[in-house]
Amino acid sequence: MRRGLAGLLVNVALALGALFTATPLLWMVSASFMPAGQASELPPRLLPNHPTLEHYATLFSRLDLARHLSNSLLIAIGSTLICVALCGMAGYAFAKLEFRGRERIFRLLVLGMLIPAQVGMLPLFLLLKGMGLVNTMAGVMIPMMAPIFGIFMVRQYALGIPRDLLDAARMDGASEGRLFWTIVVPTMRPILATLATFIFLSTWNDFLWPLIVLSDDARYTLPVALANLSGEHVQDTELMMAGAVLTVTPVLLVFLVLQRQYVRGLFLGSVKG
Amino acid sequence: MSAAGARAQAAAGWAFVAPALTLIGVFFFLPVLAGLFLSVTDFDIYAIAAPQVARFVGLANYRHVLVDPVFWKALGNTLFFVLAGGPLSVVVSLGAALLVTSRLARAPALYRSVFFAPVVTTLVAMAVVWRYLYHPRYGLVNHALSFLGLPPVDWLGDPHWAMPAIVLLAVWRRFGYNMLILIAGLQSIPDELYEAAALDGAGWWARLRHVTIPNLAPTLLFVSVMTMIDLFQLFAEPYVMTQGGPLKATTSIVLLMYEEGFRWWRMGHAAAIAFVLFVITLAATMLQLRLQRERDA
Repeated sequence: MRRGLAGLLVNVALALGALFTATPLLWMVSASFMPAGQASELPPRLLPNHPTLEHYATLFSRLDLARHLSNSLLIAIGSTLICVALCGMAGYAFAKLEFRGRERIFRLLVLGMLIPAQVGMLPLFLLLKGMGLVNTMAGVMIPMMAPIFGIFMVRQYALGIPRDLLDAARMDGASEGRLFWTIVVPTMRPILATLATFIFLSTWNDFLWPLIVLSDDARYTLPVALANLSGEHVQDTELMMAGAVLTVTPVLLVFLVLQRQYVRGLFLGSVKG
Repeated sequence: MSAAGARAQAAAGWAFVAPALTLIGVFFFLPVLAGLFLSVTDFDIYAIAAPQVARFVGLANYRHVLVDPVFWKALGNTLFFVLAGGPLSVVVSLGAALLVTSRLARAPALYRSVFFAPVVTTLVAMAVVWRYLYHPRYGLVNHALSFLGLPPVDWLGDPHWAMPAIVLLAVWRRFGYNMLILIAGLQSIPDELYEAAALDGAGWWARLRHVTIPNLAPTLLFVSVMTMIDLFQLFAEPYVMTQGGPLKATTSIVLLMYEEGFRWWRMGHAAAIAFVLFVITLAATMLQLRLQRERDA
């Protein structure tokens, strides 16, 4: 009997928690289908009475969000590919290749992880301005191309690659480059997938840096464009909800498909301290 | 290993790290060092066109920052956000982790995914959504309050409520992250400890206090400090929801840095603010490492 009561309490608490957690997301989706003005009625409506796609149509026609969607996709995919390649190579080298100064450089990098990104942002902006990279995709992507924690993550994983595996291939006369491509990359595939998911999501969701680097409306990423629109269209609740849905959907999809990689990445990221 | 082999390996090692190290050196370490120089100059909008006009001003920017009431306001706001949001989100995460791992829970995997969903969402989009949820007349939050018989609150328009409102959004968006880490911590507590406690007649509360919490303490400490370091970077929520207002009630350190640096182009001044942020974060990290070392000792 007591156990029944406890079970009831646990499940009621879970259901209430899930309701609180999901309500903002569900309301966002629901309001995005409401005709203009319906989200500002009393008492508040939970569901649209005449669902409409007009706001999504407006986003793509008048507001041209397709452009920002493709900016975001290009930046997120580009950073992810570059980061996986560079961090994959560097992480492996720091774990498994002997070269002078390796430990000292790696220790310096770990110290660098203690520095918040904002500290270098002002001079980085000036530097990119000097290089003509302000207001370009490359400028947005640069900080995510070789994040130190990415190298750290790959190195921790690569430490576990058995030495014999590498030496056997060397005995067979494989060059270091070939060895990396044919043996190391397949072995590291799980961590590279984790890293890729992680970088894709953080680049997509990033706000401060693209806001600083991009000055031209047409180049804005989706979050920057959305923040900008939400200032101009404060009254257009339903339109803004459609914009929010559009911004969030790609990352939620990526998360649903790659959930396992992402969650493992969180644990790896959480041990970095 | 042959000498030739060793040489080949060293060459490959350098070739493999070179691209990443170049990027990190040029676009991370160099700017951080340059930031230190920037913070002792009067670099401003004129210097952007012609950097040579920037002059060395010593510690004037730091002195200016430290007597600026807006800076102290922003620091106070950020500390409030960190000290309220950090513990609150850890408590909520712990509650969620305990519920999800309870043997009595039905469909725990589903709940875990629901609780985690806000973590992957785009912060800016969620700030836009929550701005409407907090609407004084039409927002669901006030509607829920009226349901409970409570008066409406002007969440984002009242200087007393704006920061708590942002804290609530921050907790909502990130408790799922710590929940996952705590679930892993909970699952690593040996069952025998609970069985022994149960044999001693310990109830639910006693087991939580004497078995769960002590065994989970290292993980709790870790997630608390990591969360607080993360919360120091508060920016997008006030930028989107309140623009730092009302009456600067939600201006954070990073928002202040952004405005000084990229709205008013007082780069020297902004660089000094960035270094103050750095020192605070560093102190928090040192504290974390120290606590960890004490624990391991």
